[in-house]
Amino acid sequence: MTDALTPNQPLLAVKDLRVHFPIRGDNAWPWTPTRFLKAVDGVSFELRAGETLGIVGESGCGKSTLARALLNLVPITDGSVVWNGDEMRGASAQAWQAKRKAVQMIFQDPLASLDPRMTVAQIIGEPLRTHVPGLSNAEHNERVLAMMLRVGLTAQQINRYPHEFSGGQCQRIGIARALILKPKVVICDEPVSALDVSIQAQIINLLKELQAEMGLALIFIAHDLAVVKHISQRVMVMYLGRAMELAQKHALYDSPSHPYTQALLSAIPVPDPRVERGKSLQLLQGDLPSPINPPSGCVFRTRCPKAIAECALAVPALRVITTETQSACILS
Amino acid sequence: MATAPMHLMEVKQLGVKFKTPDGLVSAVNGISFTLDRGETLGIVGESGSGKSQSVLAMMGLLATNGQATGQVLYLGQDLISMPKADLNRIRGNRVAMIFQDPMTSLNPYLTVERQMTEVLEFHKGMSRKDARVKAVQALDAVKMPEAARRIGMYPHEFSGGMRQRVMIAMALLCEPDVLIADEPTTALDVTVQAQILILMRELQRDFGTAIVMITHDLGVVAGLCDEVMVLYGGQVMEQANADAIFYRPSHPYTAGLLAAVPRLEGGDAPMLAIPGAPPNMAKLPAGCPFTERCAMALPKCGTERPPFAPAAHDAQVLRACHLGIDDVTRNLERLKMEQGARA
Repeated sequence: MTDALTPNQPLLAVKDLRVHFPIRGDNAWPWTPTRFLKAVDGVSFELRAGETLGIVGESGCGKSTLARALLNLVPITDGSVVWNGDEMRGASAQAWQAKRKAVQMIFQDPLASLDPRMTVAQIIGEPLRTHVPGLSNAEHNERVLAMMLRVGLTAQQINRYPHEFSGGQCQRIGIARALILKPKVVICDEPVSALDVSIQAQIINLLKELQAEMGLALIFIAHDLAVVKHISQRVMVMYLGRAMELAQKHALYDSPSHPYTQALLSAIPVPDPRVERGKSLQLLQGDLPSPINPPSGCVFRTRCPKAIAECALAVPALRVITTETQSACILS
Repeated sequence: MATAPMHLMEVKQLGVKFKTPDGLVSAVNGISFTLDRGETLGIVGESGSGKSQSVLAMMGLLATNGQATGQVLYLGQDLISMPKADLNRIRGNRVAMIFQDPMTSLNPYLTVERQMTEVLEFHKGMSRKDARVKAVQALDAVKMPEAARRIGMYPHEFSGGMRQRVMIAMALLCEPDVLIADEPTTALDVTVQAQILILMRELQRDFGTAIVMITHDLGVVAGLCDEVMVLYGGQVMEQANADAIFYRPSHPYTAGLLAAVPRLEGGDAPMLAIPGAPPNMAKLPAGCPFTERCAMALPKCGTERPPFAPAAHDAQVLRACHLGIDDVTRNLERLKMEQGARA
């Protein structure tokens, strides 16, 4: 295993990743074929050192499953995940464990993701105990304290329990826990969606500062396109387990090329009465189809305002539209 | 007969207090507003600001340890002091409510049909058969596809957006004069949220319903509301028409909130965060509840509660702050500059 990185090698390369969950009906016969819920169905992307990739989509689009699959927290069905040049598909638990030293995760629900029976010091220090077991107590405590101060907690809070903190502070603890090993990549799964607007801005600004300071690469997952815009360089839009569009931020927000991205952007309410009252909406009809039985061809075609007959024939792959944009729409 | 025009709804000094083991906690402190036919009032605030409790108090739905004070006048009748039997004739009928979570506020044991016909049988004395016809019409009005078939389904068979449509249809069954919507789109995805907001706008246009919209999303407020009330720590910080709130925010909290919202338009300037965390309602400061987090607080802000009164720059704007609007605007520009310099 090498940690040395050639300049052009991506930190993470994901190719045709699939995560399918088997579903058995409650009253299925033994010979009934097992059906599969296709949570992630053929997603490919690369992540380079120091950059931020935003992943957006509505609930049920597979963005959280994708994040978990990148760390083997859910079993990978098919495809390849290459971290630092090492193929991780089918790797042993030990190999994954070693990788996680450089790849950490921040979870959505700040309180539920912290063990209620551990103190802040124990929570933040646990990754050190696991991955750097030889550390002396004094140095261990020093590192924990330094990390706490860095994320905006105070030294007096070191022996407190998670329930004594507000949501925003709990998320700071989660960030400290993820960053104490000085990882290269942090996967943030909806880190701010449970927080109030004023606290959201605190956490986003903190993540940006820490990223600049430590040279982190971030995978930032959110359902809120406006939040993602503030932190990402590139953005991937997912729908029903597939990538619809992957583009440089400005290309995506200024001239979205996929009809789903366009609909998503126009649906976001803007905090400006004149804009909001005057804008024309591209309203999507209906609901998300079931991921157990997705539509043939393009999964978005059942709700797409521009769908034509050809959309049902083949699954469109992401293809290069401009140097900045890849889209999975046959019309773009 | 008094000649003063009677408002559809008039709330005067509404307060909510809870008896807790830690003593009496005041969740809402003196909010007042009037609402007329076809108007929309937005109540904005962060979690714990008292926005939900204030409307629950209006509907007589507070928890048993809660106590409402003040007056909630619906066509001159006070909902708070009236006997429960009278209140039951008004709530759900003339004043209806949509709750935040469409899954937990529908009864999972009953079909949608039973839940909807019950409303009409109780309030309108309709037969089950007539009620069913009316319920199907209501579901059609909220654009539920195949309403006649789906009315026989249970709540778990619907998606989140469809469940919220059922909630709205149910609230509109008796064609209420006032519709109170408590975060109706918070649990929904943006594309579904857009469908629901357009639906509410159309229903308001068609039936002239007055809406009280509670939300933490300033974007939702911008699209729907005429008048906006900003709550913090159970107190009204600023209350004005939507344009004044969004284009000339005069309270440090309103201005800070607007600067903290991530925006799609414009550059990538870092969002201006409000430092600190929401206040502990059991230990509010004697002065303005926002003092601790206010970057422009004066020494007297922590001890002396600013009066909630018409602003000097615009009598239509009601606000509670010791600073004038010019000071607030100037301070905010300075904070933005400082933040820009740091980034």
